[in-house]
Amino acid sequence: MKRPSIGALVLALIPYAGMCFSVALWDRLDPHVLGLPFNLFWIICWLLATPLILAAIYRLEKRR
Amino acid sequence: MTPGSVALLLLVALVLGGSAVGFLAGRRRELRLEEWAVAGRGLGVLLVWLLMAGENFTAFSVLGLSGWIYSRGGPTLYILVYLALGQVLLIFVGPLIWEFGRRHGLQTIGDFFARRYASAALGVVVALTGVIFLVVYLQLQVTSLGIIVEVCSFGQVGRLPAMVAATALAAGIVLASGVRAIVWVSVLKDFLLVGVAVLVGIAIPYHYFGGIGPMFAAVEHARPGHLTMPGSTTVDTHSWYVTTVLMSSLGLTWPHMFASIFTAKSGDTVRKNAVLMPLHLLPLVLIVFAGCAAILVVPNLPNGDLSLLTVARQTFPPWVLGLIGGAGALTAMVPAGVQMLSASTLIAKNIVPLLAGRPLPEATVARVARAGVVAVALVALYLSVHSSATLVSLLILAYSGVGQFAPGIVFGMFCDRVSPRGVLAGILGGLAVTGALVWSHHDPFHEINTGFIGLGVNLAIVGAFTGLERRDAMPSLAAIGSGQETM
Repeated sequence: MKRPSIGALVLALIPYAGMCFSVALWDRLDPHVLGLPFNLFWIICWLLATPLILAAIYRLEKRR
Repeated sequence: MTPGSVALLLLVALVLGGSAVGFLAGRRRELRLEEWAVAGRGLGVLLVWLLMAGENFTAFSVLGLSGWIYSRGGPTLYILVYLALGQVLLIFVGPLIWEFGRRHGLQTIGDFFARRYASAALGVVVALTGVIFLVVYLQLQVTSLGIIVEVCSFGQVGRLPAMVAATALAAGIVLASGVRAIVWVSVLKDFLLVGVAVLVGIAIPYHYFGGIGPMFAAVEHARPGHLTMPGSTTVDTHSWYVTTVLMSSLGLTWPHMFASIFTAKSGDTVRKNAVLMPLHLLPLVLIVFAGCAAILVVPNLPNGDLSLLTVARQTFPPWVLGLIGGAGALTAMVPAGVQMLSASTLIAKNIVPLLAGRPLPEATVARVARAGVVAVALVALYLSVHSSATLVSLLILAYSGVGQFAPGIVFGMFCDRVSPRGVLAGILGGLAVTGALVWSHHDPFHEINTGFIGLGVNLAIVGAFTGLERRDAMPSLAAIGSGQETM
């Protein structure tokens, strides 16, 4: 069986850190960005960033 | 024509158009079980993406999403997040499940457990639990659909006839053309849903508040604290958020999600699909905007799930409401179809053969599966008509419950030997703990998701059995054949 590479697993932790474990740091209203409460703006940014991180994981895993 | 007739006409046209696409999609294909249940393992990235998106973004989740931001506020963010994080797990495990499935000709999650752990009993327990939870989920789709059609037709179509007609259509599509048909209905549904999301998410805030920013400012002023956690709840705190996101991100353990992995034409297709899936979440942000506007535009609704439709009905001309209703009805019919198909395949492949005491010929399994679709649809309809508060708590249990399949799936793919008895006891133990907490009204338990507590118990049981049992008594993945050696 094939276990995922360390690099891919570290990459996988980034969205969990950004959207899940760090909730106490970004769950607030200020500063507003583009009129959005900060917590909603933060999540939207991560929804855009996650496919990029997944694409990096894809490249690492595909090469093996 | 009255406003209601305009809306109704458009709504019915969209639903019939979508159904026609479904019926046509399966034409001229020989419907063996393999084609019917997993599309002959032949779907490319785009179609798998649309299928999985259709399963994730159900009518219940669209109504629920706007309902949560309306009545609960900040905790709603968890819905956007868990769907994205679910893809991180899928990108690693999905291709392995796909390879294993192709090598052994698997079509259901019950097949997977029975084969990987060489245990028919485990396959049956997983299948039976899966069917029960699927029927509950299906019932909520049917109920949501009834609400959507009733509101969007200005009450011209009652809830019951709407539910009966749409369930019959969804079952008909599944019977005639199988999973491939659902995918094509999903294509149409997706275009409609994105259009509707843009419409309600942008037009409503601009109409009432002059923009998105002013709308949030007004909501924050009127309802201080609503838009951060715990919002207008007392228990949905940060620890609730973290545990609920982690638990819900195990969503690929839903039998219909699991089976859709097998429809892909390669493991690589599954992986690419996971990369693209978070993009599909962006329209949901617009639904959050609309739900937020509803807080001030249509305050004090008894049921938050009605907020999106109520604010839309107050804002738009009837034809837009018809469009929303049609998109909403198809959004319910797509997952409903997949759930019916998945439940009936589990019954036919994993439960009935065990009751019969012998393996059944494929033609018989296919016939039982089709009969199963009708049975499952009827049960869900019955439950929708006689729905009660108990069913909502059943769904909470269902979400937490299917997550208990995760250790058996993940360890099963990454470890050579895992104890089958441990996996079985872990699932039952996890379900028992979660069920006891939910039904004794301890959900969340001290601000921690109850399914998460069940999963902890589950992991401990799997670990204990696997550590204590003799290693050579456990089936080895390498000996069974992971499927990767033929890659």
